[in-house]
Amino acid sequence: MKIWISMIGLVLITAAPAHAQMLINGAGATFPYPIYSKWFDEYTKVDPEVRFNYQAIGSGGGIRQITERTVDFGATDGPMTDEQMKKAPGELLHIPTVLGAVVATYNLPGQPKLNFTGEVLADIFLGKITQWSDERIKTLNPSVNLPNQPIVVVHRSDGSGTTYIWVDYLSKVSGEWAQKVGKGTSVNWPVGLGGKGNEGVTGQVKNTPGALGYVELAYAITNKLPAATVKNQAGKFVEATIESTTAAAAGAANNMPDDFRVSLTNAPGDQAYPIASFTWLLVYRDQANESKGKALVKFLWWAIHDGQKYPATLLYAPLPAPVVKQLEARIKQITFSGKPLLAATK
Amino acid sequence: MPAASRHGVGTADALSLASRGLHRTRSGDRVFDWAVKCAVWSVILLAAALAISLAWKSWPAMQSFGWRFLVTSTWDPVAGSFGALPFIYGTLVSSAVALLIAVPLSLGAAIYLAELAPFWIRPPIAFLIEMLAAVPSVVYGLWAIFVLVPWLRTSVQPGLGRWLGFLPLFQGPAYGVGMLAAGLILAIMVVPYITSVSREVLLAVPNAQREAALGIGATRWEATRMAVLRYGRSGLIGAILLGLGRALGETMAVTMVIGNRPEISLSLFAPGYTMASVIANEFTEATSDLYISALVQIGLLLLVVTILVNALARLLVWTVSGGHVTGARE
Repeated sequence: MKIWISMIGLVLITAAPAHAQMLINGAGATFPYPIYSKWFDEYTKVDPEVRFNYQAIGSGGGIRQITERTVDFGATDGPMTDEQMKKAPGELLHIPTVLGAVVATYNLPGQPKLNFTGEVLADIFLGKITQWSDERIKTLNPSVNLPNQPIVVVHRSDGSGTTYIWVDYLSKVSGEWAQKVGKGTSVNWPVGLGGKGNEGVTGQVKNTPGALGYVELAYAITNKLPAATVKNQAGKFVEATIESTTAAAAGAANNMPDDFRVSLTNAPGDQAYPIASFTWLLVYRDQANESKGKALVKFLWWAIHDGQKYPATLLYAPLPAPVVKQLEARIKQITFSGKPLLAATK
Repeated sequence: MPAASRHGVGTADALSLASRGLHRTRSGDRVFDWAVKCAVWSVILLAAALAISLAWKSWPAMQSFGWRFLVTSTWDPVAGSFGALPFIYGTLVSSAVALLIAVPLSLGAAIYLAELAPFWIRPPIAFLIEMLAAVPSVVYGLWAIFVLVPWLRTSVQPGLGRWLGFLPLFQGPAYGVGMLAAGLILAIMVVPYITSVSREVLLAVPNAQREAALGIGATRWEATRMAVLRYGRSGLIGAILLGLGRALGETMAVTMVIGNRPEISLSLFAPGYTMASVIANEFTEATSDLYISALVQIGLLLLVVTILVNALARLLVWTVSGGHVTGARE
C-alpha cells in the first residue's frame, strides 16, 4: 500500500516514465557533491528502482532541511552542534561517507616545497607573522631561500566546509586562535583577503607574489598547486595525499565516538595528515517511511562498502577499514517504528 | 522622451473623459480596466510582500542588535555578533566609484553616437555596446581576476601611489583586489546600460532644438550642451539611475574582486565588502538562526539603501529642474 502511494506520488511529481521508481531526496554540502553524484549514478545499476535527488545547497541548508524533514537525508561538512541536534524532531545519525583534506598553497619564486607547523600557520593567519623571511618559517625550511616579502593571507570569503576544516585545525593547535577567532564555516578573519570558492582563492594566490592561502586537496591536485607539508601530532612532516588523509581517520578510529561527530584535524598516527575531515550524511535513526527508509539504509550500506572504490578516482579519501566496521553497527541501528530496517531487508 | 510624457498626460486625460462619457457601458473596456488595475496592484503587493517578509525574517537580529546593527563594524559569525556598517560603506563607495568613472564615459559615448558619429558607424557601435550588457557578471568577474586585478597590482596602483599617494585614497599595499577593482569592474558593467539609454534619450530630442541652437550661431558643442543635453536632462539622469541600481545590487563580479574584508578604509586600494556580496557568500552555510536573521537584515538594508539612494537622486533631479519633472520647459 505504502509503496503504491509513494509510487503514485513520484509519478505525479516527476512525470516519470511508465515503470515506477522511488525518489529519495537529499540536500546539503557542496564539497562531496561530485562523489555523491557518482554514487547515485552507479547505484542505479545496483538498484534501478531507487533514484536520488541531491541538492548541493550548502551544509547549513542541509541541516535546516533535514531538521524540518523536508528531505530524506541531509549532508554536512561540519558536525551538527548539540544545540542543533536538540532542535531536530528525532535523533539524527551522522554517517561519515568520505574524507577530504585542506592544504596550504602559496606563491613564492621557484615554488619551493615548504614545511609548516600548525602554530606557525595559526600565527600567520592571526597576523603575528607577516614576513616570509620570519625566523620561525626559516627554521622550518633551512634549505629554502625565503624572500624578504610580506605574506599576503588569502582565505575563503564564502561560508564553506573547507574553511571549517582549516579553522578547526588552527583552533586545535593554537590557543590564541581558539580564543580570538574560533571555528565555523565563516569566521571573523584577523587578516587577509577573501576569495570566493577554491577558484577565487587560487586565482588570488596565483596572481599575488607572496600569497598564502588554503584550498581543498582535490582542487590543489587537479590544478597542480604547490602544497605545504604540515607537521602532524606525531611530530612528522606529512604531505597531503589521499593515503595520508585516510590515515588521519585510521588514527582517530581508536577513539571514535559512537555518534561519529568527531574532528579529525591534528589526528594521531605517523602517516596522518593533520588537516583532514569526514563529510557526513544526516539521517533520522527512526525513519518516517518504511520503504524509503529501507532503500536509504541499503544505499548507505553499499556506499560504505562497494561505494568506497569510487572516492579515490575523484580525489576524495576513502574510509579506513576500522571505521567501516564501526559504521556497520551504526547503520544497523536505523529503524522504522522501532524495527531495524537493515535486518528486515536481508 | 520628456516631451511625449507631457503630451501624454493631456491625451490620457482627454481619453479618460471620453471613456467616462461615451464608452462606460462597453464591457471590453471594463475588463481591460480591471486587468491593468490588477497588474499594477500585483506589482505593488509583490514589492510590499517582499519588504514584509524580509522584515519578518530579520526580526530576531533587529531585536538583538537594534540600531547597533547599523553603526558597528564587527562581523563575527562564531561569536554571533553582527554589524552592517562596513557592508553599507562598501556598497555605497564601490557604486560611487563606478558612477564617477562610468558617467563621463557613457555620456561621451552616447553623445558621439547620437550627435557626431558618421551614420554608417552608429548601428554597429551601438550594437557592440549593448552586447556588453548581455555578458554574464561571472564572466566579468573571471576576466577581472585574471586580467584587471594583476594589471591594477603591477601597473595602476604603484603609479597612483607614486603620483597621488599623498591622498588617503591611494595609500597602502597594492593587492590588486579591493575597492578600486570593484569600482572599475562595476563601471565597465554599467557603461552599456547608461550609454544605450542615454543614446535613446538623445535621439528622442527633436531636431528643431538642434536647428534652433545652430541657427542662432551656436557651435556644435554649444548646441549639444545647451539644446540637446539640457532638453534630455531628466532622461539622462534616469539612465544614470538605472546604472546606479545595477551597481548597488551587483553581486558576483564584485565578490570576486573586492577582497571580501568587512573593514572600513579610506583607501581605495584596501579590500572591502558589499551587502550583496556578504549575503551571496555566507547565506548557504549559515546555520544559526541569529546568523541567518542578520543576513536577511542585510538584505532588507540593501532594499532600503537602494530606495533611499533612488529617492535622493529623484529629489535632486526635481530640485535642479526647478520643480518640473521634465526638462522640456527650459
